[in-house]
Amino acid sequence: MSDDGMSVIVKNVAAVLVVPALIFGFYVILHGHLTPGGGFPGGAVLATAVAMLAVAFGAAGTKRMKRKDMLSSVESLGLLMFAALAFMGLQVTFFNNFLANSGMPFGMAIPFGPNPGYMLSAGVMPLMNLAVGIEVFAALSVIIIVMAGHGEDGK
Amino acid sequence: MSVMELISANAPALAIAVPLAAAFAVPLVARAGGKARNAWALLSFLVTEFIVLTLGMQVLSAGTVVYTLGASVPSLTSPDGFPIRIILQVDAMSAFMAMISATIATLVCIYSLKFMSKRTGLEKYYALLLVMAAGMIGLVTTGDLFSMFVFLELLSVSSGALIAMYAKGESAEAAFKYMAVSSVGALMVLFAAGMLYAQYNALNLAQLASAIQFTTIDKIALVLLFAAFAMKCGAVPLHMWVSDSYGEAPAPVTAALVVASQAGLYSLFRISFTLFGAVPATELLGWAMIALGTVSMFVGVTMALPQKDIKRLMAYHAVSQTGYMLLGVGVGLAVLTNPAAMAAFGFDAMRGGLFHVVNHALYKGLLFLTAGAVIYRVGTKDLNKMGGLAHSMPLTTIFFIIGALSIAGLPPFNGFASKLMIYESVFLFSPVLSVIAMLVSILTLASFVKVFHSAFMGPKDEKLAKAGEVPAAMWIAMGIMAVAIVLFGLFPDVVIDAVITPAANALIGQAAYIGGV
Amino acid sequence: MIGIHMLAVMLLITIGFSAVIFRKSLVKMVMGIGVIGSGVNLFLVSLGYREGGIAPIFTGASTELMVLPTPQALTLTSIVISLAVTAMMLSFAMIMHSKYGSADSRERRLRA
Repeated sequence: MSDDGMSVIVKNVAAVLVVPALIFGFYVILHGHLTPGGGFPGGAVLATAVAMLAVAFGAAGTKRMKRKDMLSSVESLGLLMFAALAFMGLQVTFFNNFLANSGMPFGMAIPFGPNPGYMLSAGVMPLMNLAVGIEVFAALSVIIIVMAGHGEDGK
Repeated sequence: MSVMELISANAPALAIAVPLAAAFAVPLVARAGGKARNAWALLSFLVTEFIVLTLGMQVLSAGTVVYTLGASVPSLTSPDGFPIRIILQVDAMSAFMAMISATIATLVCIYSLKFMSKRTGLEKYYALLLVMAAGMIGLVTTGDLFSMFVFLELLSVSSGALIAMYAKGESAEAAFKYMAVSSVGALMVLFAAGMLYAQYNALNLAQLASAIQFTTIDKIALVLLFAAFAMKCGAVPLHMWVSDSYGEAPAPVTAALVVASQAGLYSLFRISFTLFGAVPATELLGWAMIALGTVSMFVGVTMALPQKDIKRLMAYHAVSQTGYMLLGVGVGLAVLTNPAAMAAFGFDAMRGGLFHVVNHALYKGLLFLTAGAVIYRVGTKDLNKMGGLAHSMPLTTIFFIIGALSIAGLPPFNGFASKLMIYESVFLFSPVLSVIAMLVSILTLASFVKVFHSAFMGPKDEKLAKAGEVPAAMWIAMGIMAVAIVLFGLFPDVVIDAVITPAANALIGQAAYIGGV
Repeated sequence: MIGIHMLAVMLLITIGFSAVIFRKSLVKMVMGIGVIGSGVNLFLVSLGYREGGIAPIFTGASTELMVLPTPQALTLTSIVISLAVTAMMLSFAMIMHSKYGSADSRERRLRA
């Protein structure tokens, strides 16, 4: 049990470090409209948590992470959320930012120019960042689990 | 607003968004069972077809349709004097190509309902087919250079995945070659887009077309774009991937790949006529296109003659027929600055080339689908192992004869109509090229006689005679294509006046494209 | 005068192309395509540079002189697409390795 994957120290440290990696990933996704990052880099950071586990636990351990169906559904849900947000602006034009500068959530109007950064502004964009982040995390995790679990039996 | 008004007001964006959203939903719908997934895929293809036909009728009656994504009104392209945001610009040529793409993709879906029914993983297959349709329609309706790169890569990735989907070693090898060539080509397009952006601070095609002066960097960008799109449509000497990928993909996927290559051909025409239409080098560019076309015709058909695999043979013929289209439109490009010559034969050459695009999509699609039907029943691709199928598969034999006579250019099928236009007009330009074109036609007929004799003629083989006719969904799709081929051949003027002439005018009229934004 | 970044772009693209053309292992061909992608991305980002500009982010910005953000958006899209293409080509290489027995491009079976 302890000779596939890496040593016991690496496995424990990887298990501990998953939590800060996930938190950092969500931070990058949620602040995408204020600081560098956004949907795709945040999703990639989330997927590195899965990659860390795959490397630490080896091919046999990765084969035991039987979560591909759930991750596939999460990916579809993320994509559908993105498409639904784009379609909701259809009364005006497709992809219209219908939440910006209005009174609804995420609709705070801010002046142009350098500012200290307001989280609840920019309309549809933080929601689309969230959708893209979830989707990228799910897709990259499926790729990592399939490739790392390939193993020497050539299956 | 009612649903119909919503669709006709937002048709360009919906034509891309509906297949994409449907593709995203396919894995979730597939959890409800195979029939739900098939019904969902068929329904979304039919809705896409309807939206594209609505868009086509709008464009053909009212002129160029412009759609800005995310603005306050769809036609508000330039609020401060220069275009911002992603703009979809649909003129007659774009609408023509979009209608071909949507129709052939729908027929491929109908055919796949039965052809693929025994395989697993079908939700991924239909999702990728929908993404491929969205990529094709997006590539032909977009109005800026960077979106062309994005949709080109979308098309390449989805079709590469479809080629290798039912993986033996050979299909993975073919898909690897296809992806390597396509991604290098797309990176060259991105490099050229970066160069043009650095010079003129704009990515919109209309804005670039009005601002272009022909500096050295523009010349490099033109060469990169021309080479990349020639690689995408399979012109010689960049044709190596065509035989492998068309030969190894499942038959309905190959029919869709033919239309994908023609979308690359559209992009080649768009950058030659519209983006670089006002530079002093159009005659040289036209001669380059004519040279590529002639070499493609000849090399394609001579490499097709010794093939033993039925789909590889048809793939080399696809290369050869692409040469006809490049020849016809290239003659039009070469005389673009010469109004007398254009009115005499250039316009007819362009119309012949564009009519050949739709004819080729129809008869090449039909031929690949009949090859798929034969492989479905017989189980092998090797011509030496088939024989006597005319006795047991009468409908497929008739469809194959229609397709083969059409590709060889015999009346009354549509191949004859477009090839006659090309021969007549190219003869007035340069008689040698016309003679080469007719020679290639004869060699095409020769190779299809060989295929017909090996596969369908001959005594009834007892082992193969147990195979009956193909299921209903498959011959319905083939039948629709065959009926269209015969109708286009008997009444070519209807098609030419309604669709082809506005498309050719849209390509020549660069000022109309710039004025739309 | 060609700046150092343009020289780096030319060098990266040349190295990438020579890897794709001259190397026999499939994985090295994929790496070559990745290097070409990096070269084109570097070219796009360096197009937006303006002298004395800072990163184009309004949050906590010190001055108003910023480099152009549009090429950075193009580069982000290109990176995402290269990721998808690399993942696909590596999976094709894995399938070829398991069916053919080696990941060498000289073992190909599709001849003209």
